[in-house]
Amino acid sequence: MIELTNVSKTFTLHNQGGAVLEVMRGANLTVPAGECVALTGASGAGKSTLMRIIYGNYLAAGGSVVVGGVDVTQSEPRDILKLRREVLGYVSQFLRVVPRVHTIEVVAEPLLSLGIPMDEAKDRAASLLQKLNIPEPLWSLSPTTFSGGEQQRVNIARGFAHSYPALLLDEPTASLDATNREIVLGLIEEAKANGTAIVGIFHDEAARERVCDREIDVTGFSPLAAA
Amino acid sequence: MTPLLSVKDVSKYYGNRIGCANVGFDLYPGEVMGIVGESGSGKSTLLNCLAGHHAPDTGEVVFDTRTDGPRDTLQMSEPERRMLGRTDWAFVHQHARDGLRMGVSAGGNVGERLMAVGQRHYGDIRAQAVDWLGRVEIDEDRVDDRPTAFSGGMQQRLQIARNLVTGPRLVFMDEPTGGLDVSVQARLLDLLRGLVRDLGLSAIIVTHDLAVVRLLADRLMVMKSGHVVETGLTDQVLDDPQHGYTQLLVSSVLQV
Repeated sequence: MIELTNVSKTFTLHNQGGAVLEVMRGANLTVPAGECVALTGASGAGKSTLMRIIYGNYLAAGGSVVVGGVDVTQSEPRDILKLRREVLGYVSQFLRVVPRVHTIEVVAEPLLSLGIPMDEAKDRAASLLQKLNIPEPLWSLSPTTFSGGEQQRVNIARGFAHSYPALLLDEPTASLDATNREIVLGLIEEAKANGTAIVGIFHDEAARERVCDREIDVTGFSPLAAA
Repeated sequence: MTPLLSVKDVSKYYGNRIGCANVGFDLYPGEVMGIVGESGSGKSTLLNCLAGHHAPDTGEVVFDTRTDGPRDTLQMSEPERRMLGRTDWAFVHQHARDGLRMGVSAGGNVGERLMAVGQRHYGDIRAQAVDWLGRVEIDEDRVDDRPTAFSGGMQQRLQIARNLVTGPRLVFMDEPTGGLDVSVQARLLDLLRGLVRDLGLSAIIVTHDLAVVRLLADRLMVMKSGHVVETGLTDQVLDDPQHGYTQLLVSSVLQV
């Protein structure tokens, strides 16, 4: 489902003397449907960079990133957006929303963009919010004023609204209490059982043990390790 | 798929000065493209060239018309281009006053575009005007007020209603949220996003506000001194800018 071949990444800082930072070289990774792979490595090792490259948010300097048959590094913006709508989901660490939009609509939005009718999308959103213990009176408020943990759960609900065949998770259980952590892990297991290929960053070791089939240390993708 | 708008090699010079030079891109149905850059970078010149307000010195602006398929709008006759401007195209000006008739009621402003495409039934026109005022969150009881009695944000929303009532397929927007306070801006952005999604509009949005394009645009074109220096997926250009100027632009945004 997700296949990275010989991916490299450099950052060129034109306004800081044209410094060129080579941060990744020769990254290879294959994640078949139904498997969950955890990216590990110290802070700054490139876990998030690799996730962002898979999502098309960072431009790879070389190599190919094929998700569901589409090479993210070679595709037009509209093809990447189509991929993100239909195939590739991403739960980031932080919720980024348009101010003023109600929580339930934030969660339903990925479904609406797939052309699913408003009622059906809202039903699905409501059941996810319920499951993640977001009190119903909050559904018609904007999540911008919510607590960190609540925002995180809204973000997760949004990420799981559509059952994407491929999913990227950036610390999905951080800032959650034990009950909600359990629910989120349940959602991940459910997605796996449905055949979703998952790449995740989990600092929570117990969570990693439980849902991940494999660990990949991204330190191995640094240019120093390759040299 | 045929692009809705295919722009090739458009240049516009003001004497020896470059307005915009050798700009080309394809815009597909349902796509929203943002054009960003500092003031004087040629964004508005380009937008006006595309929308037929300025005549570019070189280039082609090919639009996929409903009846005749792809046609170069620069080669069209003036009446044909004006017809396009009233039907399939819409232009949202930065200052609502430029896009509205200030002496005519709100309902009249919306209805005028309908009459321009041949509608004559007054009751229908009024009903559609009221419907559109509702969609842009203007109360029905304001339908007979003139835009001079509206706040800036309401005027801007009225301008959008006036533009979208004829069901255009391509909307040009020049700083649609410029000059509005942030709460009104958020409301307008939310509204525009909904309209783009529900009506399947394509749009070209010129702005210098990077937060606006992050929310609205699928893809981005960065201009400097009349030239396009970078293009790509919006979040990729903003989060991993490749060109020195884009890096400067992105890193110059004040954090709130």
